[in-house]
Amino acid sequence: MTTTPLAHQATAVAARATDLSKVYGQGETQVVALDQVTVDFEQARLTAIMGPSGSGKSTLMHCVAGLDSFSSGSVRIGDTELGSLKDKQLTKLRRDKIGFIFQAFNLLPTLTAAENITLPMDIAGRKPDKQWMAQVIEMVGLSGRLSHRPSELSGGQQQRVAVARALASKPDIIFGDEPTGNLDSRSGAEVLGFLRNSVRELGQTVVMVTHDPVAAAYADRVVFLADGRIVDELREPTADGVLDRMKRFDAKGRTS
Amino acid sequence: MFRTALRNVLAHKARLLMTVIAVMLGVAFVSGTLVFTNTISQAYQNSSAKGFDHVDVVIQPENDDDATGRPGDAPRLTQELLEQAGQVPGAASATGTVSGFAAIADKDGKLVGEGWDSRGANYYPGKDGEDVRYPMKDGKAPQGENEIALDAKTADRAGYKVGDPVRMSIDGPVIEPKLSGVFTTDDGNVAAGGSLALFDTPTAQQLYAKPGEFSEIEVQAKSATSQAALKAEIDKILPKNEAEATTGKKLADDQAQEISDGMSGIRSTLLGFAGVSLFVGIFIIANTFTMLVAQRTKELALLRAVGASRRQVTRSVLFEALVVGTVAAITGLAAGVGIGAGLRGLMGSIGATVPDGPLVFTTGTVITALLVGVVVTMLAAWLPGRRAAKIPPVAAMSSVHATASTKSLVVRNSIGAVFAAAGVAGVLGGTTMGGDGKELMGLGAVLLLIGVFVLTPLLSRPLIAAVAPVMRLFGVSGKLARQNSVRNPRRTAATASALMIGLTLITGMTVIAGSVQKSIDKMATEALSADYFVSMANYTPLSTDVEKQLAQADGVTATTPLRTSPAHIKGENETLTGVNAQTIGKLTKLDFAQGSFDAMGGDKIVVDSDTAEDHGWKNGSEFTVTYEDGEKGTLRVAGVYEGNEMINGIMLDKDTLAPHQREVTDMQLMLKTADGASPAAKDALKKELGNNPAILVQDKKDVSEAIAQVFTLLLNMLYGLLAMAVIVAVLGVINTLAMSVFERSQEIGMLRAIGLDRRGIKRMVRMESLVISLFGGVLGIGLGVFFGWAVGELIASALSTYELVVPWGRMSVFLAMAAVVGVLAALWPARRAAKLNMLAAIKAE
Repeated sequence: MTTTPLAHQATAVAARATDLSKVYGQGETQVVALDQVTVDFEQARLTAIMGPSGSGKSTLMHCVAGLDSFSSGSVRIGDTELGSLKDKQLTKLRRDKIGFIFQAFNLLPTLTAAENITLPMDIAGRKPDKQWMAQVIEMVGLSGRLSHRPSELSGGQQQRVAVARALASKPDIIFGDEPTGNLDSRSGAEVLGFLRNSVRELGQTVVMVTHDPVAAAYADRVVFLADGRIVDELREPTADGVLDRMKRFDAKGRTS
Repeated sequence: MFRTALRNVLAHKARLLMTVIAVMLGVAFVSGTLVFTNTISQAYQNSSAKGFDHVDVVIQPENDDDATGRPGDAPRLTQELLEQAGQVPGAASATGTVSGFAAIADKDGKLVGEGWDSRGANYYPGKDGEDVRYPMKDGKAPQGENEIALDAKTADRAGYKVGDPVRMSIDGPVIEPKLSGVFTTDDGNVAAGGSLALFDTPTAQQLYAKPGEFSEIEVQAKSATSQAALKAEIDKILPKNEAEATTGKKLADDQAQEISDGMSGIRSTLLGFAGVSLFVGIFIIANTFTMLVAQRTKELALLRAVGASRRQVTRSVLFEALVVGTVAAITGLAAGVGIGAGLRGLMGSIGATVPDGPLVFTTGTVITALLVGVVVTMLAAWLPGRRAAKIPPVAAMSSVHATASTKSLVVRNSIGAVFAAAGVAGVLGGTTMGGDGKELMGLGAVLLLIGVFVLTPLLSRPLIAAVAPVMRLFGVSGKLARQNSVRNPRRTAATASALMIGLTLITGMTVIAGSVQKSIDKMATEALSADYFVSMANYTPLSTDVEKQLAQADGVTATTPLRTSPAHIKGENETLTGVNAQTIGKLTKLDFAQGSFDAMGGDKIVVDSDTAEDHGWKNGSEFTVTYEDGEKGTLRVAGVYEGNEMINGIMLDKDTLAPHQREVTDMQLMLKTADGASPAAKDALKKELGNNPAILVQDKKDVSEAIAQVFTLLLNMLYGLLAMAVIVAVLGVINTLAMSVFERSQEIGMLRAIGLDRRGIKRMVRMESLVISLFGGVLGIGLGVFFGWAVGELIASALSTYELVVPWGRMSVFLAMAAVVGVLAALWPARRAAKLNMLAAIKAE
């Protein structure tokens, strides 16, 4: 296994963080969540961010996704520099360019599956692209359940709705925050399969945070974080390979 | 358990805030009412007790006209009796008083004070030449026909100085006596803002009685004699059946009793409205505790799992309620004292003169306030407490707790439907029963209100679904808001119900008041063709000179007096109205079932159909009447007309009545002018009367406006009082929205994350608020109109011209108000929702 320099990329970049730092508190109580992180997320790739809890992996994703502010450095989604955006512009960016999948599904219980899927377009006041929608729904296998409400769906089905919602507006990039964290292994595998298919077949870009090596193994590339820094990365990972790396960090963490 | 409960209260301070405020407002209303009424009645009682300082025994004519056989004639007290009374053993002195109406004009010719509290009396010098009741502050006591004295407040208000001519009137004509002096007095009427003019005794007797007669004799006891002993002595000299003696203490006590009775009416009304506010508050409390219990399901289940009994769980919730109720009651009490003091100040500033006195704050007030606050809170928390006890211990383990089953809503809906149906039946049944339907209708109204309240969760779905097309215009925010508003139908229902109650009452009152007002207008315009009505400012008799004077005035084409005189017919009391038989037909537009005014005159009279029916009279019937002077006569019916509240009873020619009247005076004049009513004609009439402060010249519009004013004032007061209930309801809406925002923070965070901007979030919360408020508003206005209509049916049986007026304008104002309530209530929760930290919200749970 080789560690290629991060800057060296063959494909186009969907999102890029440069010298990204995030600091909480001041003085003695200061906590550095991200310490000068520089990372690219390539287009049409599934990237996993891994690391032990407290490593800053979720913070990194939140900052890159425009959900959280950062202390210094820069984040770009496509050509847009996030640091200079006001809340309103950030909201619009998230609405139009970014898709989200959360650990707790986060569907609106009052809306049907179909309405949940089209929610981002409804918010934007746009008509969904019918053909694309059909393709997405077909892929996640929800055709028969579109009129169901979330409470009538299983956890796996709910997360599939969430995946479809993230894909529905053809975003430039999709962020997943532990998308399989609340699912049993079979449902989790299904959801990860959809995410990988959306990259392979539909050409989408997906970045997900996970602490599950099996989930990370679905990715094209794994980025490892520890103590707010990128410490390693792995291309074409396998579950064992990822587990192996993780063990090393854990051991380091314990001895340091 | 109690420690857990206390910790919970502290942990949920912010969420309990609205509950505390709601209870606090209710308690403040209650304690404010008690403080205010106690203070005012104490002040009045003090001032009235002072008024009886100089009186030990009072001799008054016995007011029992049947005993003398002459209707309506109260015997007067003679000079002889006065002298006798002053000489009975134990009497130090005796003072005779005569009193009556005396209108004082200020320098602009306007009446000082109100007609009903403008009084005149006599100055009765004692042995030392002074009247102890009226110490002179300036100048000297009045002497002779052309002098009067005024109380200091009135002289001050009107701007009169000693030596000035005072423009005034007793029974019509203007007189201008010289102001001889200004006095101070403890008289209760003056303390309450009235005016008092004093004449010397012969002049007062001339004006208010007959020479040598008094309307009251006050006897002062020697210092060693008790009031009771003096009364016993006086009783011996009193003519039988003509006069009676009362001790000063009894009079003071009676007056005090009267004052406190009067106050207790005001108090009950105010407390009634406080009750409405508290009742509305119950919904908020119940909502809050339901939510707190729901949020703590796991925690409570854990308590159960580790061995807490159901009763302990319920008790811990009730204990929380106790803490909340106590805090709210104490703050409410403090606010109430402020309100009590503020109300008194307010009354002073709107011109009502209230006697001064200390703020009365009794232990009764404290206990009532605390009890009300605590009991109401605990009562409202009782149901959520029971629900908390039903949480199974296993709920601690599972992540989701089963929500209320649909079955309980089925039960709820069935109960609601039964109540509502019984209520509607009761109200409708009441409308068919005329005046006897009051109780049935009241019961029906209460049942219907309860029924609708129980049914609101069911009603919320179709009613809110009906606005879906409108909500869709507001995009995704509107759609989400509509769905959110029916998500927890019970909570939405309780919130909307709180608003509904206030609006039901407000709308109902408006419908009734508007309809009654309209019917009175109709009465004035339809039954009467007179252009002007002339009467005394206090509606006491008017000198007959006024009619003579006006009849000759330019442009006046017809006049008639209305002279009322008590009479006995077949042992029953009736009132005879003497009118001008020649002109009355021109001044009224009455429908005659039989005969007409033309036949009236001599012994021929006309009578309204109700009275005719009572006595079994028809055209040509003869009956015997006993006049007020005791003479009997025979009268014949020459016409039967449809009466109304303004014109009714037996009408006869004034010349037939006059010989039997003790004093010939007019209650009112009606007159017609050649060119109809106009400001110029009115001014001319007033000028003809010498711009007299004591005489009221009104056209039809003035008459109905005077009545309208009473209604408007009443209605505005009711609006003010009900506003309290609406404010509490607003707190309820705020509370519900805050709860919704709190509970849905994760959803809101997600919506923000996937691209709904802050404005969209705010709009969503505002729309939800709007939907809930309008829902409550529509229900309230609907019920209010229904109740207004139903009560109107009852009134219609007594008021012939009654006609339902649906106040569309006002109703749309109320609906708009409900919308404003919605928007205002959403301000803070919407801001909170928009400011929510997205990440924290998404990660929560």
